[in-house]
Amino acid sequence: MSLPAKSLAQLRVGDRAILDRFELPEDMSLRLMQMGMIPGCVVEAAHVAPAGDPTVYRVDGTEIALRRETCLRILVKNE
Amino acid sequence: MDSCHNTASATATPIINPGGHKLVALIGPPNTGKSTLFNRLTGLRQRVANYPGVTVERHIGTARLDLQREVALVDLPGVYSLEPHSEDEQVTHDVLEGKMADLARPDAILLILDATSLARHLMLAAPVLSLGIPTLIVLNMADDLQRRGGSVDVKLLARELGAPVVLASAVKGSGIEEIRRFLSVAIPRPVRIELPVLNNMQSCRKWSGTMASLAEFNQPAPPEWTYKLDRIALHPVWGPLSFLFVVLIVFQSIFTVAKPLMEWVQLAIQTSGGWIASALPESWFRALLVEGVWSGVGSVIVFLPQILILFAFIAVLEDSGYLARAAVIADRTMAKVGLQGKSFIPLLSGYACAIPAILSTRTIENKRDRIATILVTPLMTCSARLPVYTMLIAAFIPDRPLLGPLFGTRAAMMLGLYVLGFVAAASTAKLLKSTIFKSEKTPFLLELPPYRVPRLSSILYRLLDRAKVFLKRASTTILLTMVLLWTMAHLPLQNGVAPPIEQSYAAQLGKWIEPAIAPMGFNWKIGVGLISSLAAREVIVGTLGTIYGIQGDKDAVGLQRALQQDLTMASAVALMIFFAFALQCISTIAVVRRETGSWKWPVIQFTYMGVLAFVFGWLAYVVVGWFS
Repeated sequence: MSLPAKSLAQLRVGDRAILDRFELPEDMSLRLMQMGMIPGCVVEAAHVAPAGDPTVYRVDGTEIALRRETCLRILVKNE
Repeated sequence: MDSCHNTASATATPIINPGGHKLVALIGPPNTGKSTLFNRLTGLRQRVANYPGVTVERHIGTARLDLQREVALVDLPGVYSLEPHSEDEQVTHDVLEGKMADLARPDAILLILDATSLARHLMLAAPVLSLGIPTLIVLNMADDLQRRGGSVDVKLLARELGAPVVLASAVKGSGIEEIRRFLSVAIPRPVRIELPVLNNMQSCRKWSGTMASLAEFNQPAPPEWTYKLDRIALHPVWGPLSFLFVVLIVFQSIFTVAKPLMEWVQLAIQTSGGWIASALPESWFRALLVEGVWSGVGSVIVFLPQILILFAFIAVLEDSGYLARAAVIADRTMAKVGLQGKSFIPLLSGYACAIPAILSTRTIENKRDRIATILVTPLMTCSARLPVYTMLIAAFIPDRPLLGPLFGTRAAMMLGLYVLGFVAAASTAKLLKSTIFKSEKTPFLLELPPYRVPRLSSILYRLLDRAKVFLKRASTTILLTMVLLWTMAHLPLQNGVAPPIEQSYAAQLGKWIEPAIAPMGFNWKIGVGLISSLAAREVIVGTLGTIYGIQGDKDAVGLQRALQQDLTMASAVALMIFFAFALQCISTIAVVRRETGSWKWPVIQFTYMGVLAFVFGWLAYVVVGWFS
């Protein structure tokens, strides 16, 4: 963990990154993983809601909408 | 195709005994077309109820396999896993383990997966296969897979998984015969294969990826149409505009399209009431039947078209995939009152009827958010308030143009009452979330399914469900209230005939509560109306008709004149405000009791809404009194 951590919230629309780890309550991270967000896979920011939040992410062939406050606690690595 | 073609194992166990109904459970992740397949297999032979003590709806049906044999199907809620974290998962878990009180352990499982997301969806195959129950894996949406250039070898997949696999499209109807054949002949128990450690998601995903590639799964091209449409639906300008457009269309239809339909229903009820009246000899029984039962229950059934139109829209929005986008757009606004995007649909549905709205809160996983949404939903202006508002506005609000000829004082009053409902719901939600439901911000996560063209039959099935639920309510709670009220208005007998209304039991009841409602300018007649409307708000219209001795809805003008004699402008406004807040609906109370699993919440809800109704009704009476 020497590299400065980057959160999912920092991705702009069109950016891609690799999911690293969750700093979320366990049931929340479990739910995310069941939906396809598994550490090691590629995430892409696809759309931002008109009000600026939530953001839709494309991952493992599906699209998941997440609030910024959740994304801040999901860490990613550069591809 | 030969039914054995895809079978991996020969150790088949017959699951159907002629004459005895075996139980087959449909399980799969959300948005896999599970319900469409369920409808395909059962047709109209299905019914919906709730699992005991939880909000989860239970769909059970019967599928005919051939001339003699049938099998019972249970459509389980869409789940990503069998670990019991959410209520949906708990139900699925309990049914599959045979722990559900009135449901046997399923004899077989249909595992429905989306063929276009095979590599990810196979994750659910591991825990399902490990149950050891005979399982048929159905890869649904075969048409999508093919159209987007994907492919999979079901034979190879069946061999790897140790269970039969069928490629199907519930929408197009392909593969259905094959599923039927499996059900009628035999589904084998899964062959023991090496499964990943179930609670390690990474190894599960790795396993499912390996399985998919061993089955030569060719990932289909991404759904380009969905991507393109979302660029509009979630666009900073076009997104909110199209959202608003959709909401307006829904509203406009609820009122304009429903109107002629409601008039037809009304006409049918009146005409048939007339037939009954002319077919029976003059008696107290005829009076009860025609005045009490027929026009009373009829005044409620009139709302059926409105409720069905709203549900048709919700079904179309849900099936097309737009509902998920609407939740994304609404989330920020809902977050401001402490709720989330998924609360938007229940609140919108609350404009039609709180009961289905409360049922639709089951998509909200967070329990606090769900209860907060349930508690505020009945403040939304449901269609049962509509006839009450219509009656009072017509009687008391003069029709003067405000903004051009189309928007006058009456429309403004009506709109004001609708806005009041929303403002009351939003502020109560805010208050609840900053006090008793204070919690860290709710996680919001929502899968956006690809857009799909909604299927007429699947919408019709759902409308049929809703119509059944609604008519059941009309034929139980409301029927009982109308009969009770009619009887109370006609007793005690004086010299063998019904007393004048002022001396009836109904009047005594009204006079008993008169002191409590006098501060709002209501007399005992309105009191009887209020008591009877505890069963359902719209009942007050029929009640006042009975009390003022005016027959049914035929003579709306007569009732308006009678009301003008008894109420001032201030008390009429107070009555409307009272109706905007009070929880006068036994069915809502019953649904909240069932959905929250205890009497605590319905009691709290009834009390707080009642207090608001009295306080604001009184305020309205005082304030309007100053000005008029």
